Amino acid sequence: MLAATLAPFVLAVFAPFVRRRVGDSAGWALAVLPAALFIYFAQFLGPVASGETFIFSTEWVPALGIALSFYVDGLSLLFALLITFIGTFIVLYAGAYLKGHADLGRFFMFVLMFMGSMLGLVLADNVVTLFVFWELTSITSFLLIGFNHDKARSRRAALQALVVTGGGGLALLAGLLLMAQVGGSMELSTLLADGDVLREHPWYLAILVLVLAGAFTKSAQVPFHFWLPNAMEAPTPVSAYLHSATMVKAGVYLLARMNPGLGGTDIWQIILMSFGGATLLTGAILALRNTDLKLMLAQTTVASLGLLVFLIGIGEPLAIQAAMAYLFAHSMFKGALFMVAGSIDHGTGTRDVRRLSGLGRVMPFTAAAAGLAALSMSGLPPFFGFIAKEWVYKGTLDGSLPLLLTAVAITGNALMFAVAFLVGFKPFFGKPGDTPHKPHEGSVGLWIGALTLAALSLIFGLFSGLAETFFIGPAAVAVAGVPMVVDLYLWGGFKAPVVASIITVALGAFFFWQGARLSAFLARVVDALWGPDKGYDQFMDGLIGLARAVTNLFQTGHLRRYMLFTFLTLAAVLVLPQVMLGNGFVVKAPPIDLLVWAIGLLAFVGALAIPFTRSRLAAIMLMGVLGLSVAFVFLLFGAPDLAFTQLMVETLSVVILALVLARLPVFGTDWRGYPRFVRDALIAGAIGIAMATLLVSITSVPLDLTLSEFFSARSYTEAYGRNIVNVILVDFRALDTLGEIAVVAVAGVAVLCLLAFRHIDHDSEDKPEASS
Amino acid sequence: MSDLTAWLVVWPVAIPLIGVALTVILWGRERAQTNIGVIAISLQLVSSIVLLQHVWENGPLAMAMGGWSAPFGIAFAADVFGAGLTVAASLVALLVLIYSLADTNADHRRAGFIPLILALMAGVAGAFLTADIFNLYVWFEVTLISSFGLMVLGGRREQLDGAVKYAFLNLLATTFLLIAIALLYGMTGTLSMADLTGKVAALPADSPIEIIALLFLLSLGMKAALFPLHFWLPAAYHTPLPAVSAIFAALLTKVGVYSLIRVFMLVFPDGADIAREAMIWVAVATMIVGALGALAESDIRRVVSFTVVSGVGVMVGGIAIGTEAALLGTTFYMIHSIIISAALFMATGMIVRAGGGTRIADLAGLYKGAPFLAVAFLLCGLSLAGVPPFAGFWPKVYLVQAGLEAGAYGIVAGILISGFLTLMLVGRIFALVFWRAAPEGAPAVASDGGAVMKGTLGALTILTFVIGVYSAPVVNASGRAAAELFAPDAYIGVVLGRSAQADAGGVEGPGARP
Repeated sequence: MLAATLAPFVLAVFAPFVRRRVGDSAGWALAVLPAALFIYFAQFLGPVASGETFIFSTEWVPALGIALSFYVDGLSLLFALLITFIGTFIVLYAGAYLKGHADLGRFFMFVLMFMGSMLGLVLADNVVTLFVFWELTSITSFLLIGFNHDKARSRRAALQALVVTGGGGLALLAGLLLMAQVGGSMELSTLLADGDVLREHPWYLAILVLVLAGAFTKSAQVPFHFWLPNAMEAPTPVSAYLHSATMVKAGVYLLARMNPGLGGTDIWQIILMSFGGATLLTGAILALRNTDLKLMLAQTTVASLGLLVFLIGIGEPLAIQAAMAYLFAHSMFKGALFMVAGSIDHGTGTRDVRRLSGLGRVMPFTAAAAGLAALSMSGLPPFFGFIAKEWVYKGTLDGSLPLLLTAVAITGNALMFAVAFLVGFKPFFGKPGDTPHKPHEGSVGLWIGALTLAALSLIFGLFSGLAETFFIGPAAVAVAGVPMVVDLYLWGGFKAPVVASIITVALGAFFFWQGARLSAFLARVVDALWGPDKGYDQFMDGLIGLARAVTNLFQTGHLRRYMLFTFLTLAAVLVLPQVMLGNGFVVKAPPIDLLVWAIGLLAFVGALAIPFTRSRLAAIMLMGVLGLSVAFVFLLFGAPDLAFTQLMVETLSVVILALVLARLPVFGTDWRGYPRFVRDALIAGAIGIAMATLLVSITSVPLDLTLSEFFSARSYTEAYGRNIVNVILVDFRALDTLGEIAVVAVAGVAVLCLLAFRHIDHDSEDKPEASS
Repeated sequence: MSDLTAWLVVWPVAIPLIGVALTVILWGRERAQTNIGVIAISLQLVSSIVLLQHVWENGPLAMAMGGWSAPFGIAFAADVFGAGLTVAASLVALLVLIYSLADTNADHRRAGFIPLILALMAGVAGAFLTADIFNLYVWFEVTLISSFGLMVLGGRREQLDGAVKYAFLNLLATTFLLIAIALLYGMTGTLSMADLTGKVAALPADSPIEIIALLFLLSLGMKAALFPLHFWLPAAYHTPLPAVSAIFAALLTKVGVYSLIRVFMLVFPDGADIAREAMIWVAVATMIVGALGALAESDIRRVVSFTVVSGVGVMVGGIAIGTEAALLGTTFYMIHSIIISAALFMATGMIVRAGGGTRIADLAGLYKGAPFLAVAFLLCGLSLAGVPPFAGFWPKVYLVQAGLEAGAYGIVAGILISGFLTLMLVGRIFALVFWRAAPEGAPAVASDGGAVMKGTLGALTILTFVIGVYSAPVVNASGRAAAELFAPDAYIGVVLGRSAQADAGGVEGPGARP
């Protein structure tokens, strides 16, 4: 199982080489892998249909309980089969569609990587593994949407999809980890086996919201639906595969998977039904508003995803069966119709439904595929789409649910009916239209996939028992988490669902008849309204604006400001806790003799005078006074060598600073104006006072003299030196001295370094840090 | 334990220090200097690997400098945390050094590039391996002065501007650190971190230890570029040579984070409640402000600088959560960040070379022009954003998990939001710099970096991928490091080993010197 999931990644790495070696028929060579994987997964059909499940687990990060574990049940198997089956034809289709494209090899690489990611996502049992593959689908989707990277629209769409699904992904991560913590396991099979633990936990709502954020963004639910139509900038094979048949269903998959653990509560029902229903109507209306084949299909995909979420939200056995049946039907007819749209684009040079007509004669295979798929999409018998729609109505017409739900479903389906006929029939009938180039049928690769999928829509409709036994039944059982009887059939007598279907067809026919007028009307209305796509731009602009504002606040580009912030922070650190804890501020005058007070006064006056002097030279001299008084303090407390050193340093500092200033305007002033003077004085004063009280309270703690006693005892006897300070410097703590010597030496190197480049042209184009 | 074994803990510092001496002696002979530099960093790497293996098998290892054992003298000590970081640091330093051979010219190398790099590495390893808090300050100084030299290497105006801000603000930070150490010494009378553990705990309740802890958070946090004192980093890191930026971003902030962990795990294992509370909010603010800064920037080098800031927030967030699981995440993130920060600055250097500018608005068309660079940048960027299956994903998972367990929801939200902003950022830069087509008539890509640059960047990219796919070794090492930090008895024991006997014998007892 691990090998099956990783195989597409391995092949992906070699795909560009295969393309280079085999040329444009590389699609046929590469399609062997998904076909083989399909056969591999098909072997599970029998056992899974009889109720077995499989877990395959490989250690990954054993220390933290993260395993590469995979779980095969009806739900994951259904998805795995769809991914590999449709994937096979997509690879063939891409080979024909992008024939001769310079980056076809790279395209195959991304598609295969996506295939592996998607397989991993639906098969994963470990929540972390699930998330890993979830993110990988977002990344590969980003790369594929941006495939035509020269176009600004593609880049925007790619980034938008990444932002929306990536953002949702992070919420999902938190939700999954929270779930693992509550349930005490990282394995979904364990977590979902006892859903009450999750549902009754106080964190249930948090988990639910986080998981739904992931699912809704991925499956383009309102209000996150806008990224999916924009993603149509990708080449059509991508739209057919990622953005209709598989990736966008990942959110639906997640909801279905979580249903036994998180589903069944009122809040779950309300959220899913309202968001799903809103998405269904929004997508269906927007589909009719568009005239581009791909956009119409994309919007109906949004609608269908809404319908699926809506059905899972209902959660009753019939609704779950309907969800699985509709998902199955949708993957086939929508995948086919997307490939048809791409073939039409390829054959005529346009996708504008208003310009397309009469293609049936020149593109017979494409027309056949389109017709079959459209019939299934519009939900007419005997196609599988009909059965799916019947089950949808069975689900919504459950006695306990309000009729409003059925009305929503009928409206959505009727709109989709109209779109199905607009996409599947209108381009092929009537007089030949005016297209950019002369219509022609594509090569085998361009229609074989669409025709196969469309034909399957019919076959599964006629032989519904097959679909029921192997696909819908096991999947519905897995979603419900409890055994149930699944019995799909085409005709169950003239009952309420059939009536709903008839209303749907009638309403749909009306929408189709009025299609052009409705479309123009909707275009006017929708374009005038604010939509989340505009909201996305506003969000991004707002975010960048906020980012600039926050950054400019701190990153002013002026050292003065940086110093100000630094000292403000220091003041806060020193003052706030003392105020809060009441520590300090009661300074008992320490019993010190008069001399010390005198020296203190000298230092104080020296320090206080510095800010008031306006001459740089005087300021330097006053610094010297300050240093001098420190030297006196050392002298008084019995450290004549320290005092001497201090004196030397101070003298040298004053001399060197004065020398440096000799090359600068000595008589310049640094007066900063009263407001800033007062501000700086307050900060400096606060720091000074707080530091003083801190020092007093620290010196009141008796010093632990272990070290001092050790040094005075051993200094002469063992280190052979009478001067303890010297011995500390060169023996007890000689390493510090070594480090400081290194500092001095390296400082010398740094100075040489500065001097080495002093002749560099300073008027070069680079500028200092901008203060923007 | 023989004395020769104990020397293991010294070599990662001594080797580059000897290298500094040799290269200064050979001033002007850049060939010889370069050879010595590469050999010294390679030996540093080898010695730190041997050290890590030793402490992995035998537990912490310490050596008393000059035979004066702690707390009277200075001890060096290594546990899995310190030794592991030394390995990561010297490995990345070696790759950056090789990259720099293609990035620097003879003028740069003649002006002292190699001795300064070696001094920097001695300082970094010294900080990772010392067990004495004042000695830590000394290694900070060594790092600071050598980094200042590296920053002005090249002498362009923006470099001097950046270097002045860098030097001023970092001198302030080290001064604050010195004040904090002095005050701590004034209360406890000791400087050995192992000795401080017990002495701080034994302080009277009314001692102002909370403020001292805050001072450490302030000074070390400033070193690590923690909000609100993070601004020095984006003000300076974009100015030096790309190789220099790479090694700074990889190592210097990590030394700050490392020291925060040491101080708050060893010196203030309990208490310091205000500092810990402050750390939570400061960490979250750092993550967000860093990520926002990266989004706001128009200079690609400064974009990367801001992402370094954001990463510091994540690491300190782990310290603030304060559980063993969180420290595992932080340690993992440090290793990841050492790799990825270097890689991104190296890639940025190549982007600037290839695109002929530093402003994102001026860069375009590199997807076609420099495909290798495009792949490397994208993969490293995704790793930075914490996307699987790259190394950056795992620490994010562990930190989020630890945060949820500990109820630190602010930090969890911060990590997720900053990850989101970073992902947006990486996608945006990739779309603009790589995907967007170069304008008509633009000059062809000047240079995509050449084999040396590509090779070293490729090595780091592969490393971040391999750690992402097979993370168990790093998880295990980080887990050991975190466990040892939470049970520091063995570390304290080996640091104070011999002084325990000396204490027993009293001051008059047998000499501490053998």
